[in-house]
Amino acid sequence: MSVFRDVQQAAPVAVFKLTQDFNNDPFPNKVNLGVGAYRTDEGKPWVLPVVKKVEKLIVHDDRLNHEYLPILGLPEFRSSASKIALGDDSPAIREDRVGAVQCLGGTGALKMGAEFLRRFYNGNNNTKTPIYVSAPTWENHNGVFNNAGFEDVRPYKYWDAEKRGLDLAGFLSDLESCPERSIFVLHACAHNPTGTDPTQEQWKKIAEVMMRRKLFPFFDSAYQGFASGNLEKDAWAVRYFVSKGFEMFCAQSFSKNFGLYNERVGNLTIVARDSDNLKRVLSQMEKIVRITWSNPPSQGARVVSLTLTSPDLFSEWKDNVKTMADRVLLMRAQLRAKLEVLGTPGTWNHITDQIGMFSFTGLNPKQVEYMIKEKHVYLMASGRINMCGLTSKNINYVAESIHEAVTKVAAGYC
Amino acid sequence: MALLKSNKVIFCLGNISPSLGVLSTRNSSWWGGVQMGPPDPILGVTEAFRRDTNPKKMNLGVGAYRDDQGKPFVLSCVRKAEALIAAKQLDKEYLPIGGLGDFTKACAQLALGADSEVLKSSRSITVQTISGTGSLRIGGNFLARFHAGPHDVYLPKPSWGNHTPIFRDAGMQLKAYRYYEPSTCGFDFKGALEDISKIPEKSVILLHACAHNPTGVDPRPEQWKEISQVVKERNLLPFFDMAYQGFASGDIDRDAWAVRHFIEQGHNIVLSQSFAKNMGLYGERVGGFTVVCSDAEEAKRVESQIKILIRPIYSNPPVNGARIASTILNTPELRSVWLQEVDSMAKRIISMREQLVAGLKKQGSSHNWQHVTDQIGMFCFTGLKPEQVERLIKEFSVYMTKDGRISMAGVTSGNVGYLAEAIHAVTK
Repeated sequence: MSVFRDVQQAAPVAVFKLTQDFNNDPFPNKVNLGVGAYRTDEGKPWVLPVVKKVEKLIVHDDRLNHEYLPILGLPEFRSSASKIALGDDSPAIREDRVGAVQCLGGTGALKMGAEFLRRFYNGNNNTKTPIYVSAPTWENHNGVFNNAGFEDVRPYKYWDAEKRGLDLAGFLSDLESCPERSIFVLHACAHNPTGTDPTQEQWKKIAEVMMRRKLFPFFDSAYQGFASGNLEKDAWAVRYFVSKGFEMFCAQSFSKNFGLYNERVGNLTIVARDSDNLKRVLSQMEKIVRITWSNPPSQGARVVSLTLTSPDLFSEWKDNVKTMADRVLLMRAQLRAKLEVLGTPGTWNHITDQIGMFSFTGLNPKQVEYMIKEKHVYLMASGRINMCGLTSKNINYVAESIHEAVTKVAAGYC
Repeated sequence: MALLKSNKVIFCLGNISPSLGVLSTRNSSWWGGVQMGPPDPILGVTEAFRRDTNPKKMNLGVGAYRDDQGKPFVLSCVRKAEALIAAKQLDKEYLPIGGLGDFTKACAQLALGADSEVLKSSRSITVQTISGTGSLRIGGNFLARFHAGPHDVYLPKPSWGNHTPIFRDAGMQLKAYRYYEPSTCGFDFKGALEDISKIPEKSVILLHACAHNPTGVDPRPEQWKEISQVVKERNLLPFFDMAYQGFASGDIDRDAWAVRHFIEQGHNIVLSQSFAKNMGLYGERVGGFTVVCSDAEEAKRVESQIKILIRPIYSNPPVNGARIASTILNTPELRSVWLQEVDSMAKRIISMREQLVAGLKKQGSSHNWQHVTDQIGMFCFTGLKPEQVERLIKEFSVYMTKDGRISMAGVTSGNVGYLAEAIHAVTK
């Protein structure tokens, strides 16, 4: 009699299941617009040239070994990664009140931040403290915060389906009416899944309310550089909040902008009131890290830190990032143009207004089903497509498929 | 509101008196109430060692292998594997949540044996984890959510310091069974059996597969057989922690004997494996977590739930170390180089143990130091008392943890004489 006889089969994670179904599909013209990983115009994964270069350096460097990193991670990685988010000249860094924890990808950074907040934010049991995530948001945000013990994970208004843009009024009203000291998960740029970011003016309004109502900003920055092609531009919101004096967390991922998906390179940047508070926070972070993964993996952190701390490599990296961002922008422009030429019902400017890897097409679940089943074009049930899955070879087919789905399948677009 | 007002008062006072100013920033920070965490006892040893200027200083604290020059050792099979991998120009796409398939398969085979009935019937699931810690943590989380018996994990007394906080944070309760006998510096077999025979049915019992950490004291095969019997009688769930396969005796099959015996005896175990020590892949974080189930169908259900546990922690595991380990295990020439290298690491440790005992005899020590060579693996529980440990640190710059545990990996032919001198000096 097994102790596990009552264990139920769990539902698969949707985005990975989508890829699995795609892989199993024999249709020759199938297209995968599901999981968020960059693809070249040949539809292939892309190892950044600068990454190849740096990895070679690492493999051939006999001075390097495989010893444990410190619990909080590779020091040069932590500091250079935080600088990327906050800026080299960040006053907070100069004031010695910025610290960081190297984590397993962006997920790991969110996890560490969440575990810390549950234990230490606003008293020492925050299971009931509301965590606000955007409606919609990356599906694992709910998972991470629930798993960290937060019992009250709620949506804040964000996406206006009708006008296909930011519901600023709704967002601000949620900020005004939520319990004081609530925690808000904010997408630093290239909102996942909608691709819709607040403008600078809108961020200023958001920050004003959050400061006044003592709300805690927890930024999720998974696409810095990847969104606009410019690191500083993509970090504007994070830096603005720092300049307003917020204490905050920023979970950084280097999966996309370095293409280091499977090395799990992430950084939790912590901005505290002063170095004394920071020191105590880091000491407690160490305890949480120790009972989760002890210390983080070295390979990816080495690649990133070598790149960021060498002027030539840094410059090369920025070029590589711009290459990716530019290709996405091109696909956006072309997809919109083709849909407009086809005369596909509806407006399609949101495709170029939106930014980053993803586009919220506005296709409803029935239309999505049509796309997958009839056209073998795989996308998320929410209508989210990964622009990176588009290539010059498949963009016509995808545009036509969208056109068919919209014109043939009832219930309009949301 | 009251807090905001009092902040203003304190802030004003802060302008008058600096110490009150510090108080004000504490109160105006979200983290004002966060206490300084206690320093990690083991890392604390290394920090103190670093600050010491004595040229004869020895770091016998943290458990990472060192060669006979006292340097970190990168295995040649690892370097060769890295070169092979680099030449393949592989992509960096996300691994599946459960990790690299070639790795998890080889990982399970290494532990269970290639001819294991469990593997032939596909009735186990192995996921790649963030080394041993990550494996224990996932295991703890899995048990907390799905274990149908009492949520008590019984640890041997003593056990690795991090076991307790890991399982506790995962939601399990910690209890203990007798294990180490201080009077003999050996295994308290009688006490262990007595305690285990009283453990409530279906509880979880954690067993160190080989090279017990921190004592280095392992049961002999006949003793393992009896332990297996009692565990079966009590219907306990055995959770094996195997962090030193190959590293203990030098022979991977010998070191996995207890694990395989339990499975042969019908126990459906759960198992944590680490490749930090036996492949020297410490910082790459390579490990596995295995659940042996009743059948293939149950294994699939269990796998699906373990993935659900992993996703909100780190989504999917890091590839680099797993690729290295998989390349080594799956490439015959590299595998045989590895087996030789892990054997030579183990043999160097064994040789240091012998030299230490010989050195103590030469010093004229009247104590029985047999436990030093009876014990196995990286660590030696010397039997030294806290005051003696303190003297070793202060007077001889020989650093170890307060419990008298030394990492034999830190001993070399160059310093073993000095170590014998020092130990003799504080124990004569």
